[in-house]
Amino acid sequence: MSRSSHHERGDIGARFPKVDGAGKADGSGVYTDDLAFPRMLHAKLLRSPHAHARILNIDVSAAERLPGVIATLVGAEMPAKYGVIPWTHDEQALATDHVRFIGDEVACVAALDERTAEEALRLIRVDYEPLPALLSAEEALAHPEIKVNEKAKVGNITKEVKLEFGPVDEAIATAAAITRERYQYAGSTHAPIEPHCAVARVDGDGNLTVWSSTQIPHYVHRELARVLGLPPARVRVIQPLLGGAFGGKSDPFSLEFCVAKLALKTGRPVKILFTREEVFYAHRGRHPMAMDVTVALDAGGRISAVDNKILIDGGAYASFGLVTAYYAGQLLTGPYRFGTYRFDSKRMYTNKPPCGPKRGHGSVQPRFAFEVALDEAAEKLGIDPIEVRRRNFIGEDVETVNGQRITSNGFLKCLELVEQASGWKERHGKLGPGRGLGVAGSMYISGTAYPVYPNEMPQSGVLVKLDRSGRVAVFSGASDIGQGVNTLLCQIAAEELGCDPREVTVVAADTDLTPVDMGAYSSRVTFMNGLAAREACEKLARKLKAAASVRVGDEIELELGTVRGPRGSISFAEACQLAEAAEGAPLSATGGYRTQKLGGNYRGGTIGASPAYSFTAHVAEVEVDEETGIWKVTRIWAAHDCGKALNPTLVEGQIEGSVYMGAAEAQMEEMVYGKQGLLFGPSLLDYKIPTSLDTPLIDALIVESHDPNGPYGAKEAGEGPLHPAIPAIANAIHDACGIRLRELPFYPQRVLQLLQARVPGQERRTAC
Amino acid sequence: MRLELRINGSVRSLEVEPLKRLLDVLREDLILTGTKEGCGEGECGACAVLLDGQLVNSCLVAVCQAAGASVVTIEGLSSSALTPLQRSFVECGGAQCGICTPGMIVAGQCFLDSGAAATDEAVREAIAGNLCRCTGYTKIVESIQHAARETR
Repeated sequence: MSRSSHHERGDIGARFPKVDGAGKADGSGVYTDDLAFPRMLHAKLLRSPHAHARILNIDVSAAERLPGVIATLVGAEMPAKYGVIPWTHDEQALATDHVRFIGDEVACVAALDERTAEEALRLIRVDYEPLPALLSAEEALAHPEIKVNEKAKVGNITKEVKLEFGPVDEAIATAAAITRERYQYAGSTHAPIEPHCAVARVDGDGNLTVWSSTQIPHYVHRELARVLGLPPARVRVIQPLLGGAFGGKSDPFSLEFCVAKLALKTGRPVKILFTREEVFYAHRGRHPMAMDVTVALDAGGRISAVDNKILIDGGAYASFGLVTAYYAGQLLTGPYRFGTYRFDSKRMYTNKPPCGPKRGHGSVQPRFAFEVALDEAAEKLGIDPIEVRRRNFIGEDVETVNGQRITSNGFLKCLELVEQASGWKERHGKLGPGRGLGVAGSMYISGTAYPVYPNEMPQSGVLVKLDRSGRVAVFSGASDIGQGVNTLLCQIAAEELGCDPREVTVVAADTDLTPVDMGAYSSRVTFMNGLAAREACEKLARKLKAAASVRVGDEIELELGTVRGPRGSISFAEACQLAEAAEGAPLSATGGYRTQKLGGNYRGGTIGASPAYSFTAHVAEVEVDEETGIWKVTRIWAAHDCGKALNPTLVEGQIEGSVYMGAAEAQMEEMVYGKQGLLFGPSLLDYKIPTSLDTPLIDALIVESHDPNGPYGAKEAGEGPLHPAIPAIANAIHDACGIRLRELPFYPQRVLQLLQARVPGQERRTAC
Repeated sequence: MRLELRINGSVRSLEVEPLKRLLDVLREDLILTGTKEGCGEGECGACAVLLDGQLVNSCLVAVCQAAGASVVTIEGLSSSALTPLQRSFVECGGAQCGICTPGMIVAGQCFLDSGAAATDEAVREAIAGNLCRCTGYTKIVESIQHAARETR
């Protein structure tokens, strides 16, 4: 019996407005750079002008003498190596003896203001011995004698993964149709509108607090303590409002260590705000990949073999690179059934800013290659692109060829929705010259089954406390990076406790106050933090009901601040008071997400294993000017199976943002370097990201498959929907003018070149 | 140098360097931190304010150029309650991470005040100088159109 509207109740499934929305809209919300403390210093980083060099000497004495300079810092003062993955600690906050890319951090100055700190940087003298620089994965492979990073055991290889599932060569030999092509994916970067920022302060008792624009407060906490040699219990990391991340703030960064060390040295608060240029050097963006892909179909159009040899350009440090090398292969094995599968992926160290996890980590590039190759193979057999995807659907409650467990799977529904919404049957292959439709599908993880560092503790924890006033406080370590997890926590409290979601306080991402959550990466937050929150709230609801039953009878209904039973109603606050009296202690409960044992029974089989997978299908519509090669993606229909939309507005927002970011990679984004390893135009003037006018109309279509393991059936929505945008656009351009784009971005000059190379008749597409 | 600025309706007299960026004067001297720094090079629009009613990027304006002028920041758009446009952003999901939101709302308000019809094209044109990396602009356009319907 519902007495209030879904919207009012703000419970699961409601389009409840973001709890931090008002502060974002009126400018009162506090981001890291909005923090200021009395006596606060501003620090700046000196960066390497060489792509590869030995450091012979660093002399900071002249900088120290500049009036207004309070302290300088060099790598020798905190030489310990760190990295987000415990097996690849290969970075230093400031280089001690070896710089590996133009922009690598070498020294730091804290001064009364930014301008003085900047001036002081010019007075630091660094003697370098330049070394030959390796600027591509191919070069890094060809020159094992030049060592970009000593962490590499063999040559310049961060990680190589070779896995084979079934007799691939046999399947290829007997295939009815084969595509065998090379695909090249360009590197791109996150470009969050908020530059990285960190502020540190040390109190009189020696406790260090670091506020940082990070999406992984827990890992920053661990690495700060380790590198600075402080007991972790003396270090506190707080994430204020975060102005965009997309994976670009999921490593510990030099600025966090530098502000902390300088605060310890000077006893004064210290801030570093990266310039836009520095954000480009911090990077950790999409890895460039060269992929030699074979897709084989049998006579029935079923995928009998997929083979992928992948060369990954990793940049100067590992970041999450060990995982990248696995994800590039492991995450391709749905939503279609593969008869056999093999991949060989190699991540190379190169003398460029380090790549890392950009939205859709590791799997966006192979997905592009595969979905384009699949289209091409299907075309050879005369099978419609949507039909071939439908025919190869892997199903629900199945295991993939590489041993990943799939539970719910709404991919067929996704295909059906985009087919209908785009008018595919009437329009594909029939739009006339220069216009076309293309389709693609994908699968993504809802968190990884295993934490980044092995441990038996929960991956996510939530503590919920009830006050006598009826106010609910949710303490959660999870990072709201704009995706809206803090809002979901209020909705979960409202759903379970029947409180007014507007009377919930969320205390989040503060390592002193909140239980640990691993961070906002791998699309794990809603799934894992959501389950932890639900568990805590369920425990409290049981106590509330038991206490309230004395007054209102059994069969209690909790809804929007009222506790109703057969003998009457009391307010939520009254129920809290009754429960507190019955308990004899303040009311609180905790919940945790515990790791499930998942994955294939082979080395690496657990990487890519997720408690649930999301599925997506896109249809893109394009217009191509065949005279100039200039093209435009006018509309993308994106259907995404998120299990259950806990808040449809937020889910749509994730789908729309993903589609935009994928389309951007297809259209214009690329990290371009000169012969010396200098990044061209590290600015938003030169590195173009789409404006409102460059972005297609996006139709976000939600599919709910109700996953048995997710919180209320939910799965991820933040990364999966990016994947199909790029191949759907490439396939649409093929439909429009018969060319196959295999290299990103699809610059008009590339399109024009392919148009000019067409043989007579090729422009006539094969309508199936 | 002593300068007088009309900030959000009240006259402020400030001792500042004449070439200091208006953005820094707002954020540091006046603690109006709702105006954000995204790029510092006039590309992203996170620092957008109204200067005598014109939409400008405050990172490209030296404070001396604003002397005697009227400056309206995000803080000056609303008093105790959110404006219809701000409310629309909250309700329609126009803000995700929120860092572009103040600039986006200043640009959106400037557009609404112009009285132009809020077609999809016109709204997209009006916010073309403000970059958002989260939303794909869909819900931002919806937020502005929703506010246009509410207020006109």
